[in-house]
Amino acid sequence: MANTPMNIFDIAGRAMSAQLVRLNATASNMANAGTLTGTEKQAYRAIRPIFQSVTEQPGISTVKVQSVVTTDAKPVKRYDPNHPLADKDGNVFEAAVDSSTELVDMIEASRMYQNNVQVLQTAKSLMLDTVRMGK
Amino acid sequence: MGLDDALFGLHGKALELRSQRLNLLASNIANASTPGYKARDIDFEAALKDATDKGDSATQAANAAMGYRIPLQPALDGNTVELSTEQTLFAENAVKYQTTLSFLESRINTITRALKGE
Repeated sequence: MANTPMNIFDIAGRAMSAQLVRLNATASNMANAGTLTGTEKQAYRAIRPIFQSVTEQPGISTVKVQSVVTTDAKPVKRYDPNHPLADKDGNVFEAAVDSSTELVDMIEASRMYQNNVQVLQTAKSLMLDTVRMGK
Repeated sequence: MGLDDALFGLHGKALELRSQRLNLLASNIANASTPGYKARDIDFEAALKDATDKGDSATQAANAAMGYRIPLQPALDGNTVELSTEQTLFAENAVKYQTTLSFLESRINTITRALKGE
């Protein structure tokens, strides 16, 4: 990719990939929401991608996922001595996932994805029109 | 003044600049959720004036006329992309690209007809 300059398809395509990573992270978080474990250490914590912009020349930049980090939210401790997973004090630990935050994030990611698809469609039709110019 | 300038007037340069701006606005939309990203845009009129008067290349003219967008409501994470603004400008730019394209097309048709002598 380094020897050819970044075009509009790279810009929107890579942004779509980044949003897809975000959507996958949200799906993982939602899937694990409400799961219980016997120790605080084992409990699931929400994961979140960190976005970073990639600039090739001034004004032409796309986005990449720099890393996926685990948030340091605290799992919820609940006293439930009858639960089979409960520790010796009778506590279970619920995954540190805030489902409303995740849902909002999911909607935002899907909207951003749609925006980039729209950009691609517009760019594609403009380019095809340019190719057909004069015919 | 090159042959393409003589044929197409300012429309050739205008199309190049429109394409540059399309890339720029696409970058803004792509980075709509990147923390700290600052949206940029080209002052199209100034860029076209540079490109036609001084004979600069489209890239040179676009870089000279580039600036940062002033956000209506800055976000806490330092991102200055406002999707409503960017999408409106993107759509406007796409329509204007198509307009320039049809100017070019009619120019080509005129020349072809003259060449064929119909």
